[in-house]
Amino acid sequence: MTDSFSTITRNGLWNNNPALVQLLGLCPLLAVSGTVVNALGLGLATLAVLMGSNLAVSLIRHYVSDAVRLPAFVMIIASLVTCAEMLMRAFTYELYQILGIFIPLIVTNCAILGRADGFARKNRPPAALLDGLMMGLGFAAVLVLLGAVRELIGQGTLFANMHLLFGEAAHGWVWRPLDDYPNFLFAVLPPGAFVITGLLIALKNAIDQGMAARRASEPLVRGSKRVRVTGKIN
Amino acid sequence: MLVASSPHTIGPVSVQQVMFRVWLATLPGFAALIWFFGWGYLINALLAVSTALVAEAIILRLRRRPILFFLTDGSAVLTAWLLALALPPLAPWWIPVIGALAAIVFAKHLYGGLGNNPFNPAMVGYAVLLVSFPVEMTTRWGMPAALASEAHSLAEAAQVIFAGLRVEQTLVDGMTMATPLDVYKTETALTSAAVVREDPLFSAGWRLYGWEWVSLLYLLGGVVLIWQRVISWHTPVAVLASLALLALVFSWAGDQYMPIDLHLLGGATMLGAFFIATDPVSSATSNRGKLIYGAGIGVLIYVIRTWGNYPDAVAFAVLLMNFAAPLIDHYTRPRAYGEQRT
Repeated sequence: MTDSFSTITRNGLWNNNPALVQLLGLCPLLAVSGTVVNALGLGLATLAVLMGSNLAVSLIRHYVSDAVRLPAFVMIIASLVTCAEMLMRAFTYELYQILGIFIPLIVTNCAILGRADGFARKNRPPAALLDGLMMGLGFAAVLVLLGAVRELIGQGTLFANMHLLFGEAAHGWVWRPLDDYPNFLFAVLPPGAFVITGLLIALKNAIDQGMAARRASEPLVRGSKRVRVTGKIN
Repeated sequence: MLVASSPHTIGPVSVQQVMFRVWLATLPGFAALIWFFGWGYLINALLAVSTALVAEAIILRLRRRPILFFLTDGSAVLTAWLLALALPPLAPWWIPVIGALAAIVFAKHLYGGLGNNPFNPAMVGYAVLLVSFPVEMTTRWGMPAALASEAHSLAEAAQVIFAGLRVEQTLVDGMTMATPLDVYKTETALTSAAVVREDPLFSAGWRLYGWEWVSLLYLLGGVVLIWQRVISWHTPVAVLASLALLALVFSWAGDQYMPIDLHLLGGATMLGAFFIATDPVSSATSNRGKLIYGAGIGVLIYVIRTWGNYPDAVAFAVLLMNFAAPLIDHYTRPRAYGEQRT
């Protein structure tokens, strides 16, 4: 249980990405990734909760017995989600209203409980915090990418309504490639989210395979100090 | 557990021949569509078929399969053709293109290509379009030739399809309308069935201004297919019988429920029963299974048409029963001689 920080980073962002590899937290991933701003809002909230819960769980890891650990973790996550919800209500009220039930539902995001039980419980606070940051960033990145693709295909815009998150200055950020784009509702509706998520997973696997093939074709340099870490799930 | 899988035809009939015969059987109905509703159907069909062939070729190349072998088996052409028959004839050009792409790339090849698709590709394409573009899919049906003030030419149809909204709105309005099912449903909600029956769409002509001829010619093509043993009678008969039975049962309240002739001849019922539901890959396999499968489609068509929001229901009914086909197969598998009943 002593992964180096670079391994933790690589796992969170790519090798063990919560959305593309672990397939956790699919409910918010599919439900609110209709536009970039929704995806970014929920991604940031999840990121904050994930970092906080990982740090807290790691700090109390010696004082909570195995038998009661899950209720304790859920309590921690629930209090953090409540904080995030109140913060969003205070500072981004319109976005809070759009995201609605999916902010409280971060509590049930298995990616967060999964990291708490699978990683933070067994690691020191700095590693746990970094893991939360990287897993959260990996999740948020996929969420935003999905939101961008769905917004572009579904509504023909990109970065619409960003002022909900970034204030009045962001009104002009919206980019509209075609003027009379007929809305492609399929991408906005949940089936489109499933299909596009599937395509993103396929893309990731294709990239991985391509990299593995290239690595295999490279001649092995005798005596090199390269260390390979393959597919280890903590 | 092994269930007899496709192909179900007996004898040395190739995939290509089956596809060609089914395609041939749709031609009378297709000709009637063009005769009554204009050239839009031809343009749609050409767009859908060419898109399907290009998409099929690209995907086959990506999957490293023999391109020419699969391209010439006719399955992609037939899929796109059936999709085009179901589309509104004056929809913008990107409607058949997107539909054909969804059918070939998503419904067919992402599931493993010919013979592996759990859902009917043409109906997946149709459902994607209907869910995505409700306006274009419900208001761009051709006006029956007998109702239109003047017959429109191939060039005018092409203008509406390709130039889209930039065409004068009067031209579009003069050429398009909703389907009889749609009109009947929305108008009976406002008035009574007797009033609606006086609408020129229903009162003049023999029954439905062209739709009945199209449906009857599909019926003819379907009967020929059964006679040639390309399809078995079980699925279409079950679809039509269950739909007719339900329509009869509910016919006592004419103001609330559509009459039986409109159910059987007014929409895509015949096309669905003979050409869509009989798809050997995505339907049930045994004869008993086909009866259950077809009856389910008929019931679902009635239920969705009557209590749902969409004007027609064949695509959703077929897709829902595609979901159920493996389960039906599981319970209707014929026992081998000597096998114990379980």
